[in-house]
Amino acid sequence: MAVTIIFLGPLRDLAGTESREVPGPLDWAGLLDHVGEAVAEQLTEARINVACGGKVLSDKTQLSAQDGEEVALLPPVSGG
Amino acid sequence: MDDIRLVMGSLNTNQVMDQLAMVAPDAGGIASFIGKVRASGVDALELSYYEPLTLPSMQALASDAHVRFDLMGLVMLHRVGELAPGEPIVCVAAAARHRRDAIEAVDFCMDHLKSAAWFWKREKRAGQWHWIEPRAADHADLARWAGKNAPV
Repeated sequence: MAVTIIFLGPLRDLAGTESREVPGPLDWAGLLDHVGEAVAEQLTEARINVACGGKVLSDKTQLSAQDGEEVALLPPVSGG
Repeated sequence: MDDIRLVMGSLNTNQVMDQLAMVAPDAGGIASFIGKVRASGVDALELSYYEPLTLPSMQALASDAHVRFDLMGLVMLHRVGELAPGEPIVCVAAAARHRRDAIEAVDFCMDHLKSAAWFWKREKRAGQWHWIEPRAADHADLARWAGKNAPV
């Protein structure tokens, strides 16, 4: 089992992949370590949200993902 | 009676409008908005989404619209995947006893779909993909609803 990191929108291009599996559990420091420098730099900006297990975190630095969970990195949206 | 969906294939907006008229026969009016890919200047448009969040966020938006406006039916269909120039991207329609509720509900839903629902959009121009960043105007449009007709 592992934690799956999902890169959405422009972060997908920056990461060069749609998803990546990393060993769990995963906290904020671990996430920054696993996503590469370019994505990590973006992640520290307030405009990037993080969801864990299908819920958007109100404080992404409190991330605590367990084995089998999905962590999604959510850049600013543009629909419609 | 609501119809809130992500649409993978083509979007038949006429059929959607006919169905809404049918399920809300006592509506005094139906308002609608169809967003489409501009016919020129863009080779293609791609909408991506995140399954665990995108549809639930649209359903929550629909519930919010029902609290704010007196509606008899609401349709919110959003394309995902790659779209060709001229194709519809989004169709929002609201049926209500009175026109103001229908018109404002559509406006409200569109403002939220633009800048508060989980979609990411990129355009292909001259063979190159470009991600579309939300515009300041989109956020200003969204801010108009803060406190207005807010649920008590």
